[in-house]
Amino acid sequence: MTELLQNLIDGLGRGSIYALLALGVAVVFGIMHMLNFAHGELITIPGYLTFWAFNNGWNWWTVVPLIVVSAVLSSLLIERIAFSRVRGATDFTMLLTSFGVHFIVAAGFLLYVSASVKTIPRPGWFANTVSVGSLNIEVFDLAVIAVTAVVLAGTTWLLQRTMFGLALRAAASDFDTARLMGVKSDSVIRGAFALSGFLAGIAGVFWIMREGQVTPTAGINPMLQGVLAVLIGGLGSLRGAVLGGLVLGLAEVLLRSWLPLGIQNLTTGFVFLMIALLFIFRPGGLLSVPQVERV
Amino acid sequence: MLEVTGLTTKYGAISALRDASLSVGEGEVVGLIGPNGAGKTTLLGSIAGLLPIDSGSVSFEGTDITSAAPEKIVRSGLALVPEHRRIFADMNVEENLKIGGVTVTAGERAELLTEMADLFPVLRKKWDTAAGFLSGGEAQQLAIARALMSKPKVIMMDEPSLGLAPILVDLVFDLIETLRSQGRTILVVEQNATRMLKAADRAYVLRSGEVVASGSGAELLERSDLFDTFVGGGR
Repeated sequence: MTELLQNLIDGLGRGSIYALLALGVAVVFGIMHMLNFAHGELITIPGYLTFWAFNNGWNWWTVVPLIVVSAVLSSLLIERIAFSRVRGATDFTMLLTSFGVHFIVAAGFLLYVSASVKTIPRPGWFANTVSVGSLNIEVFDLAVIAVTAVVLAGTTWLLQRTMFGLALRAAASDFDTARLMGVKSDSVIRGAFALSGFLAGIAGVFWIMREGQVTPTAGINPMLQGVLAVLIGGLGSLRGAVLGGLVLGLAEVLLRSWLPLGIQNLTTGFVFLMIALLFIFRPGGLLSVPQVERV
Repeated sequence: MLEVTGLTTKYGAISALRDASLSVGEGEVVGLIGPNGAGKTTLLGSIAGLLPIDSGSVSFEGTDITSAAPEKIVRSGLALVPEHRRIFADMNVEENLKIGGVTVTAGERAELLTEMADLFPVLRKKWDTAAGFLSGGEAQQLAIARALMSKPKVIMMDEPSLGLAPILVDLVFDLIETLRSQGRTILVVEQNATRMLKAADRAYVLRSGEVVASGSGAELLERSDLFDTFVGGGR
């Protein structure tokens, strides 16, 4: 029982980061109908800035806002430079564009910074635990879960209660009709990328802390987890993205603890096996969005 | 108020609209009738900025709005109630109306919301209902109310009676009458030619992408040739 609870908290902590990443991917998908395979760059770029900042005497208090702000700006910049040029293009063109952005950013860091691993100091409290009864809970997990809860509540408020949120939802549901209402396409797309970048920035803070390092291809894993979580939750559903992230995190942690010692290295393989099974029974993901032609 | 001159719009090599011209004056209710595939929806879509125009021009209150972005056109005071209503199904009635008023100030938006709740009692009852759960008639009223939220000077409606039960078709035409009595300017595309000609001050008949006749509603109603050849049934 204790072990299960411990794993659930651990899994929720992991899943919260995935949920933030997935929500960012889903927000952009909703507006552009593009799976953004460059979403991980919103962690790579701030990761290198973090490395630079620590070498210049910054500390975590100042680095956290740096990560979030740089993730938002990177997201806007990538939209401006790359994605704004393929608006309305075929899904395949946009997909390839996002891959292209990933490879260019990775190559840029490889060529002009370094191919080697750059280490980033973890905060002092990183490994601390608190005891609740027989449970030993990592402060890091608690911090991730608490911050994610606040960010998700804030995002929900933004989407439900503000005109920007309404415009974003309207544009995601029917872009042309939203424009007919007067929603400015540039503003709503940039807003979506800014929100996506903000969510990636918050996830990035924890991702970078946990990894304690950055490499040119550091974005691949967070991007993959975010995209996977979106697919698990159901493409096109924001709630699904959050749910998909949490499920993915829990599945990873629970599998790792349940699998026999000899095959623990195959955890990722088993996760993919479960995802394959999910898609056999629910091809559209957990909260699939039915595509009904409305007349 | 609205001047369309020699508009041609193509889908690939096919001209859906050829050299179409029409005008709408302030306070007028103008009908646009014609059989399926005549280019009526294409014409409204081209005016509203949804479709790329090949040649010709659209001017609104003396300003050229040919091929302007749809969000710019609605902000200039020309609103479209699109074909099939296109309401935002997963947003509730109030949210649909609010987004219709994205162009006005928060204060005006609140006033307009009250105004719409009065004008459309059906919607007031379903204020918090997701729009996807509305009936066809309710959804059509929502689509019209949503367009009114932008305080348009001219409102264009694309087949507002499409797919509605006869009693609801009456309701739509009553609504057009109400809007006319409020002094609003309206351009309506309709398949229900006879009803439209009776409701309209003037009308244009479109066939195969071309304007083939125009005149007052009463005049066109007398033209039996139009009904037999172009418009078909509906008499």
